[in-house]
Amino acid sequence: MIKFKLNGTEIVAEENESIWKAAKKKNIEIPHLCHADEVGYDPNGNCRACVVQVKGERTLTASCIRKPSEGMEVDSISEEVYAAQKMIFELLAADQPCKENHPDPESKFWQWGDKLEVNEKKFPKNKSIKKDISHPSMHVNLEACINCNLCVRACREVQSNDVIGMAFRGHESKVIFDFDDEMASSSCVGCGECVQACPTGALMEKSLLNVDGKRDVYPDKSVNTLCPYCGVGCQTKVFVKDNKIVQVDGRDGPANNQKLCVKGRFGFDYIHNEGRLTKPLIRKNNVKKEAIEDYSKLKVSDYFREATWEEVIKLTSLKLKSIHENFGSSSICGFGSAKGSNEEAYLFQKLIRTAFQTNNVDHCTRLCHASSVAALMECVGSGAVSAPFTTVNESDCMIIIGARPTTNHPVAATYFKRAAKDGKKLIIMDPRTQDLTRHAYKHLQFKPGKDVALLNALIFTIIEEELYDKQYVASMTEGFDTLKKNINKFRPEEMEQVCGISAKEIREVARTYATSDKSIIFWGMGVSQHIHGTDNSRCLITLALITGHIGRPGTGLHPLRGQNNVQGASDAGLIPMVFPDYKSVEDKGIHKNMEKFWDTKLDDKKGLTVVEIIDGVCKGKIKGMYVMGENPVMSDPDQNHTIEGMCKLDTLVVQDIFMTETAWYADIILPASAHAEKNGTFTNTNRQVQMGRKVLNAPGEAREDLDIIIDLGISLGLNWNYKDVSEVFNEMASIMPSLNNITWERIDKEDSVTYPCESKDMPGSEIVFSQNFPTQSGLGKIVPTNIISPDELPDKNFPFVLTTGRLLEHWHTGSMTRKSETLDKIEPEAIVSMNSQDMSYLKLEPGNKVTVKTRRGSVKLSVRQDRELPKGMIFIPFCFSEAAANKLTNPQLDPYGKIPEFKYCAANIEAC
Amino acid sequence: MAIVNKRAPGRRKKVYFNKGRQVDKLSLDEAKLLLNDFLPLQKDMLIEYLHLFNDKYNGLYARHLRALSELMNLSMSEVYEVASFYAHFHLVDGENIISPKVTVKVCDSVTCEMYGAEKIFTEAKLKHKDIRVEKAPCMGRCNYAPVVEVNHNHLLKADDKAIDQAILNKDFSYSNEKFINFDTYINNGGYKLFNKIIKKEVTFENMTDIFSVSGLRGLGGAGFPAFKKWQFVKSYKGPRLMCINADEGEPGTFKDRYYLNKDPHRFLEGTLVAAKLVEAEKCYIYIRDEYYGLIKLIEKQINILEDNNIVPKNFLLIRRGAGAYICGEESALIESIEGKRGIPRNRPPYVAEVGLFGKPTLVHNVETVYWIREIYEKGGEWFSSHGRNGRKGLRTFSVSGFVKKPGIKLTDAGITIKELIEEHCGGMLDGHEFKGYLPGGASGGILPASLGDIPLDFDTLQEYDCFIGSAAVVILSDKVNMKDIGLNLMRFFEDESCGQCTPCRNGTSMAVKLMQEKNWNIELLTELSKTMNKASICGLGQAAPNPLQSIIRHFKEDIN
Repeated sequence: MIKFKLNGTEIVAEENESIWKAAKKKNIEIPHLCHADEVGYDPNGNCRACVVQVKGERTLTASCIRKPSEGMEVDSISEEVYAAQKMIFELLAADQPCKENHPDPESKFWQWGDKLEVNEKKFPKNKSIKKDISHPSMHVNLEACINCNLCVRACREVQSNDVIGMAFRGHESKVIFDFDDEMASSSCVGCGECVQACPTGALMEKSLLNVDGKRDVYPDKSVNTLCPYCGVGCQTKVFVKDNKIVQVDGRDGPANNQKLCVKGRFGFDYIHNEGRLTKPLIRKNNVKKEAIEDYSKLKVSDYFREATWEEVIKLTSLKLKSIHENFGSSSICGFGSAKGSNEEAYLFQKLIRTAFQTNNVDHCTRLCHASSVAALMECVGSGAVSAPFTTVNESDCMIIIGARPTTNHPVAATYFKRAAKDGKKLIIMDPRTQDLTRHAYKHLQFKPGKDVALLNALIFTIIEEELYDKQYVASMTEGFDTLKKNINKFRPEEMEQVCGISAKEIREVARTYATSDKSIIFWGMGVSQHIHGTDNSRCLITLALITGHIGRPGTGLHPLRGQNNVQGASDAGLIPMVFPDYKSVEDKGIHKNMEKFWDTKLDDKKGLTVVEIIDGVCKGKIKGMYVMGENPVMSDPDQNHTIEGMCKLDTLVVQDIFMTETAWYADIILPASAHAEKNGTFTNTNRQVQMGRKVLNAPGEAREDLDIIIDLGISLGLNWNYKDVSEVFNEMASIMPSLNNITWERIDKEDSVTYPCESKDMPGSEIVFSQNFPTQSGLGKIVPTNIISPDELPDKNFPFVLTTGRLLEHWHTGSMTRKSETLDKIEPEAIVSMNSQDMSYLKLEPGNKVTVKTRRGSVKLSVRQDRELPKGMIFIPFCFSEAAANKLTNPQLDPYGKIPEFKYCAANIEAC
Repeated sequence: MAIVNKRAPGRRKKVYFNKGRQVDKLSLDEAKLLLNDFLPLQKDMLIEYLHLFNDKYNGLYARHLRALSELMNLSMSEVYEVASFYAHFHLVDGENIISPKVTVKVCDSVTCEMYGAEKIFTEAKLKHKDIRVEKAPCMGRCNYAPVVEVNHNHLLKADDKAIDQAILNKDFSYSNEKFINFDTYINNGGYKLFNKIIKKEVTFENMTDIFSVSGLRGLGGAGFPAFKKWQFVKSYKGPRLMCINADEGEPGTFKDRYYLNKDPHRFLEGTLVAAKLVEAEKCYIYIRDEYYGLIKLIEKQINILEDNNIVPKNFLLIRRGAGAYICGEESALIESIEGKRGIPRNRPPYVAEVGLFGKPTLVHNVETVYWIREIYEKGGEWFSSHGRNGRKGLRTFSVSGFVKKPGIKLTDAGITIKELIEEHCGGMLDGHEFKGYLPGGASGGILPASLGDIPLDFDTLQEYDCFIGSAAVVILSDKVNMKDIGLNLMRFFEDESCGQCTPCRNGTSMAVKLMQEKNWNIELLTELSKTMNKASICGLGQAAPNPLQSIIRHFKEDIN
């Protein structure tokens, strides 16, 4: 503690606390512009608005950056100090558009200006810079810029996107994007962190401005809620004006610390898209179900007629009941969604299981991390992450394999980039390079599909060079001896031919991972979406188990979850093999307990998974399907096969907010609510259960999903009596030990609680497995693996490897993001990415139209020259229905996780 | 700075490329070739790499910068903000724009402007359409004003004919004057002190004793006692580093250039001694780009020292400035050595504690270390025995302006300007009447002839709101108008402000605007000066209003 005097009064500051901060704690306001008292922003001391006089010093000092020393006497209000502070504003005002023509007259700059009673016309005008309106969602008016550097720090230190810089010098110095390029043609990823940081409105959301770039939108309320997109689980503050969302800011949540990405900040407008479903619909009698080629020009009224809620609920239950009665339990199935809340997931699976006595209920986790979960359950007894991604600030080494966080988990990526900038070793393993490569100590660009060879060669090195943790292996694991025998085949010197990485590199990386004090592994769909996806994950788990890099801060295993609630939906039992909390449906004791708990008979055999269900439909075994918030036509492999199934269904009920590609094959459509239109809890990739709050009412007659499920359940004869979403949560929590000590009220109060949680008044455990593993033996199980080739290798007719995935701006099947004007403007068109060498071999120019063909189908799209692709590999995002990547993909499954091989099939590409 | 901001090739054309500018293979290959001797690439070497491109291609092409950012794993903005900060880097961006091979720089600092630089510039600009003609700040040759640079060649007492001749003869190199070479230096007892220090025959305490008696102070301008600096730096836990500030840029100053050229080994020995005293692990010698020939000269002498096993390889490292006065400020200099923009740091912490790469750092001016050997050999008393008018020690004055014999004048500290002019400079130029003088370059303020009898030294000019700084004395006569002088100096600060803090960035620019008015708004200018002086981060902004205030105070008759 440091005692010093501020304006004559003695106050105290903590060690390393600035004068400004110490003053603030005493409610003494010192003007400030370049200083943001926010997480991630270090003081910079450049604007000089916060200058104070330290007794005995010749000049004034910036209180935001200056630390007091014992006995120092500081003056923040003397005439001289005030005059300097005021003149700083007056000098800055001379660079600004006048207040009435200012982009944001209510910005921090003018608020302080008013308090200091500045004369904005004291000096003649001294700057004029052209506006940059190139970006679809951000307005750049550098005339209002005060060079405070907050946007540079936001871009560089907070987000580590490194697009914004401060170039030139003196009065010419200026905020730039890349090489002083227009924002939209720069490498800007549109996260908008700069907009949130800007204290003047020089950088602003276009949604708040009129055509002249002047603010005319002032929100009338704000709601603290969550981002609806990926599994990171960013907390947001959503601003509303006239029942429309106009602005989204990041809040200081545990997984985002105020940060957001382009989707979270600017992708909110999808809910206001004119394509929203606002009335229940029933398929017209005379409209046959047949494959649709082009969804873009269809008219809803040609296919469907409007109906009342009463009619559709009744019709749905009648139809499904009659299928159930005539064809038995296994003829019904349900696809829930990882986009919905925990309560929706829980109630959806309960409905399918209790109303129809079938376990045929699954969701898109099957298509993303099913194999990871299979391996994790087998080896460590839990499918969730062992540590949050934010623990990287304590790691010494990070492996990221088969994941592209800057695209798919952009805010998680900010933590990885920050850690790498702080000197932690980042190792990326991926056939494609990516934005993170620039920050990496090593990028192993191995041959596609050769994960097991590479990973086993790493394990080999660690064992051969005795870099494993003998004590940990002995006390915490089982199966090491079997591994040791099996691993002999994987000498790096032999594997280098197989995986394309030199033995030297393999050995170096193995040593770095094993010998670092704290190492952690992250992986994504590049690992899981293979027929050997479970083996890939087993290898990663083995790496952690033999080195003891798990169970401590900075270490662990973290499969990055793709959707906002994929963890929660899985936990809630939206999986055919297990009840809530991963309890096997085939375990007699559990089965009995659940029958008692739900007071009904239940199916005692595991149900079918997503791809198996489509097969079952095609074979005529499954006849009724209830889809809530999923879009299998776009998300499932081999689209022609999926559509065949959709057309074959006797009854398809789709509950969604838009006419998804799947909805066009429906018999009944239930217009539902978007994320912002309901309350519910969501569990992110870090095991943080967080509160999503209702911001707006659903449009027209659209209803909240939970209410629809409840009405349908009641109509199906279930004895349900839920009055509020909290009741559903509390019922769910009562049979899920993982949610012990976590109540609806607690989440509402704290916004986020991590599970497992040992007591009601303690935070949850971020790091698990420190003492033992939740397996039967309490030990981590090491499972050896062998090389399995991808199912379909390139050949003469199909010489390229096709891989699929997401784009930064388009999430999952694009059902939401392609309805967002901002996001669709940035990525408006179906593309196939390939490298320039392959392009010149095929005589292709960027933008050429090509046909990509596989054994299952073909699509037409444009070529993107993409330096991230290796030779011989092409990439198509699966969000574009006009050129659906899943027409091409191979539906072969991993035997354990039942996940299809989206990341590898043989393809041909030619100009058209 | 030549910026042509047309739409360039390689930008994101719709969605058929990755975001941002693309790297093209030709540029990447060219960049790799150029950087071949520098692998693995280091972030702090960015400015050195930029020089390679700037030298070879006569400018920095955006396509090369893109390639460089790729090879260095830096973002585009990180490269661009550095490239655009330094005046000697010429940014070239746009289709079919070719950077000219010749750059003519006309010195527009105060002495050269008094000697007709403006006219030379205007004529050259009109005449040479196919080459780059620009104004540039002081080139450290003020006793030969007006000065023009044609590429690296310094033309002294230049005129348009000399410029034409240099272009025609492709006479582009910097020529050094005669210097004392290694053998001669060794034969005269050179590097003996350094050896004694290494062998601990002379201890840290011996040296601090001698230098506290000598009263040697930092001769870059701040005047901090040298021995105290050593004690401070040594008191912080190592590893420590050292920097030599040879970024002599204060208009009117040319003493460091003179000493570096005259006796490079005396400078190097002093450097090595100081480095050893504080146990620095490396010493970076930051030399301004204007002294290109000196960079080469010192480089060669360091090689000789390495070949003779006097210093290990990579102990003395040269870093080349790139045209930024602010880098003479020690924390900006450190930032620049780290490969960044020369942005002064907020203090505390001082660089003695947290300096280069975050380590305790000793920063010395060239002349300060130049004196180390002689003071050791002759004793602290010898140095302090000099001086007059109650002051002690020797000072090296760089004298320019309207006197008969301008140049380097090594004489007593405390000498008055009148004594200096009469005893050392042969009096005023014929037809010129002494009107006033700049005692310490552009930032030291201006004194009138009526104050010609005050002793010139550290601490003696404070009561007149002036300071001696690097002892760059510019003699003004009745032929100049003080408003012009004031505007010239303020323009200099405007050009050279790093732009970091509001009072300096906006203050210098606003002051120029107000000083261009026919009638000065003295009240507003005074208020503005006060804020600049009190609230700026570093000495540049704090001192920038000094000459303005001096004019308001002492030369009322020239205003309004």
